[in-house]
Amino acid sequence: MLLSRAADGLYWIARYLERAEHTARLIEVGLDLGLGRPVATTRGAADRLYGSLGLSEVMQGPSARASLVAAALFDPSNRNSVASCVRAARENGRQVREEISSDMWEQLNALFLAVRHINANPVGGSQPRSICRTVIAGIHLFQGITDATMGHGEGWQYLQAGRFIERASSTAAVIDAFVADQAMAEGARLEQIDWVALLRSCSALEAYCRYYTADVRPERVTEFLLLSADFPRSVRFATSRIESALLALARVTGRGGRADRLVGRLHSSLDYGQVDEILNDDPRAYLAGISSQCSLIHTALHESYVAYPIESAIPA
Amino acid sequence: MSLPQPVAVDRRTAAPSSPPGALFSSYWLDGAYDEMFDRTGQARPQCRALVEDLLAASLPRLRQHQTEADTAFLTQGITFTVYGDEAGTERIFPYDLLPRIITASEWATVERGLAQRLTAINLFLRDIYHEERILAEGIVPRELVYSCRHYRREMRGVRIHRDTYVSIAGTDLVRLHDGQFVVLEDNLRVPSGVSYMLANREVMKRVFPGLFARYNVSPVSDYGQALLATLRTLAPPSRTDPTLVVLTPGVGNSAYFEHAFLAREMGVPLVEGRDLLTHDNAVYMRTTSGLRRVDVIYRRVDDDFLDPLAFRTDSRLGVPGLLNAYRAGNVSLANAIGTGIADDKALYAYIPDIIRFYLSEDPVLPNVETYLMSKPDDRRYALDHLAELVVKAVGESGGYGMLIGPHSTAIEREAFRNKILADPRNFIAQPTLAFSRAACFTGEGIEPRHVDFRPYALYGDRVRIVPGGLTRVALRKGSLVVNSSQGGGSKDTWVLQD
Repeated sequence: MLLSRAADGLYWIARYLERAEHTARLIEVGLDLGLGRPVATTRGAADRLYGSLGLSEVMQGPSARASLVAAALFDPSNRNSVASCVRAARENGRQVREEISSDMWEQLNALFLAVRHINANPVGGSQPRSICRTVIAGIHLFQGITDATMGHGEGWQYLQAGRFIERASSTAAVIDAFVADQAMAEGARLEQIDWVALLRSCSALEAYCRYYTADVRPERVTEFLLLSADFPRSVRFATSRIESALLALARVTGRGGRADRLVGRLHSSLDYGQVDEILNDDPRAYLAGISSQCSLIHTALHESYVAYPIESAIPA
Repeated sequence: MSLPQPVAVDRRTAAPSSPPGALFSSYWLDGAYDEMFDRTGQARPQCRALVEDLLAASLPRLRQHQTEADTAFLTQGITFTVYGDEAGTERIFPYDLLPRIITASEWATVERGLAQRLTAINLFLRDIYHEERILAEGIVPRELVYSCRHYRREMRGVRIHRDTYVSIAGTDLVRLHDGQFVVLEDNLRVPSGVSYMLANREVMKRVFPGLFARYNVSPVSDYGQALLATLRTLAPPSRTDPTLVVLTPGVGNSAYFEHAFLAREMGVPLVEGRDLLTHDNAVYMRTTSGLRRVDVIYRRVDDDFLDPLAFRTDSRLGVPGLLNAYRAGNVSLANAIGTGIADDKALYAYIPDIIRFYLSEDPVLPNVETYLMSKPDDRRYALDHLAELVVKAVGESGGYGMLIGPHSTAIEREAFRNKILADPRNFIAQPTLAFSRAACFTGEGIEPRHVDFRPYALYGDRVRIVPGGLTRVALRKGSLVVNSSQGGGSKDTWVLQD
């Protein structure tokens, strides 16, 4: 038995943390790209990464880039900045304090305090990197604590749902930022370095190499990030996790329905998808379809468990 | 074991400080009761081991412990919200390192006194909302009850399961110069602070594990179970497997941490008004599996905000229809609606008589002498002696609406004089008490600070009192105000076992 409001809070803790982690990783890769290489060869990849966060048109010059990074990391008026997401996750944690373990709460709170501390104490150029590292490591720790200290019951399934819905749509968005340019005229063809950046932004480079060797090709990268069954940041993997979370919820509450059907459909299309067909057809529409289906699943989940009409639930 | 040197009954005799006792170099003793040392500067028997440890401690070590303790509170998010302070929305409750020690025999008296007082108060509340025997016999003036802001006409004739009106009480005690505990005020609506009693103990265990080995300290950690057991007994008799919830005003409330803490300790949901609804005079909460009937609400929302249909219509914290469901006996509230009449500061003066009336016993814990401004003789005396008295508004809590005579200016006294004359029923006056001091770590050394003591009593089928309580400290030197909103802190309180 779980309060609807608590379910919503748990869901958003996980979504906000996943968003913070994703943003932090993209920024980290973007910053790293600029090191030890001519700016001209890396600008495209970095722009695409930042673009997928919805942050930039193409930014010119290092100072504009620095302010873009600051906006992505610290800007309190940007609801999707890393600091905002961590704060929002912690605020949700505070509201469902009795549903999460003390160890989880302390880690969430420690992460919040650490980000606030870094933000308040700028130390030269190391600040963006240190926040990215702190956030990624802190969120991994939170996830480990969650799995080890919270019962894997209903509440935990909402955390899973929130985390993987966010992951599926943000991975789709970052793939789209690269595929979009690739699909354009010959002159804009992407280099190997761009595809490596894409893989790294999903922590996928090593896993990709183990699977396909270090021969990085666009269609393989797309296939890996979209359709891999066992790489944890692929869209297909995330969708399978959403599906198992939703089925578990339907079982516990007896209130499944539309959300289960939507996620089942998305999962099947990825299970049986072929990367050559997707790329030859209209990859951007396919990726946009994934994002919109994720938001439909989100809405259906909300309507089934959180914001259902009272009239439907009053005992006769 | 005695204070190494300036066992300063008179500070002028202070000897030059020697290293081991340097921590105590600014300590002083005077007329107020000192929790650690007797008048001659000898450590009280129960404090000897503690003083020994402190004499062996160094300033850097204590500072390090203080940092550890503060960090523990911060990372656990044990914070409170200060109203009227824009920037500091969340702060940690200042924590003093040194435990305050209460002996088993002192505690036995406190426990007996609290049980007696709470029993009488419940009988009184049942009486004034039903037969009004005590009013008919003139023990308590009728107009005093009817004019109380917290008297709830809606509760007239409402049958409460087990006649338990106050099931959670936090009674503020102070120790006078002779060491006797007296009751300063009762908190019978939504007393707070119990989570700090528990959190302080946990932090103390982390910081001073060695000290616990030298003392036989009564555990307080089963408060959650005791609260749960108490609340269960309140459930409507027809509900065999009752569902309990804690109702909070929300994260913005200054005691939100405590609400979440208690819900977790008991393993029950923490709900807000928007999670609840009433249908057919029953209360339900909105869960992911549909609506679920609620049987007992430990509400941390004031009467005024509980039900916008019955009380303040602008309240968004409550549940429309709750009062009717309550009157129908379909849901229980802890505490009941309308208990505020019994912790009205003017009614307080009558509690000893109330105890005698219902129990035919003398009060175990005395009251502080109290002048009612609605009584002409009392008022005349008080207005003539404002500079020596403490004046309190009867309906206020948290240290607001107070005049502390000896620390006041002529302008403040004049303002209070006018307020009293304008609305005498709203004020009481009490002598300014030299209540006891306990040793505190100031960051520079160890000095005495004024403390009070709030134990928490539970009343369901019987009285349950966890041996301990919240000791609040007036951290500012010389201050008598212990409220967290006014520069107060707290310290762990050890009740020793025999």
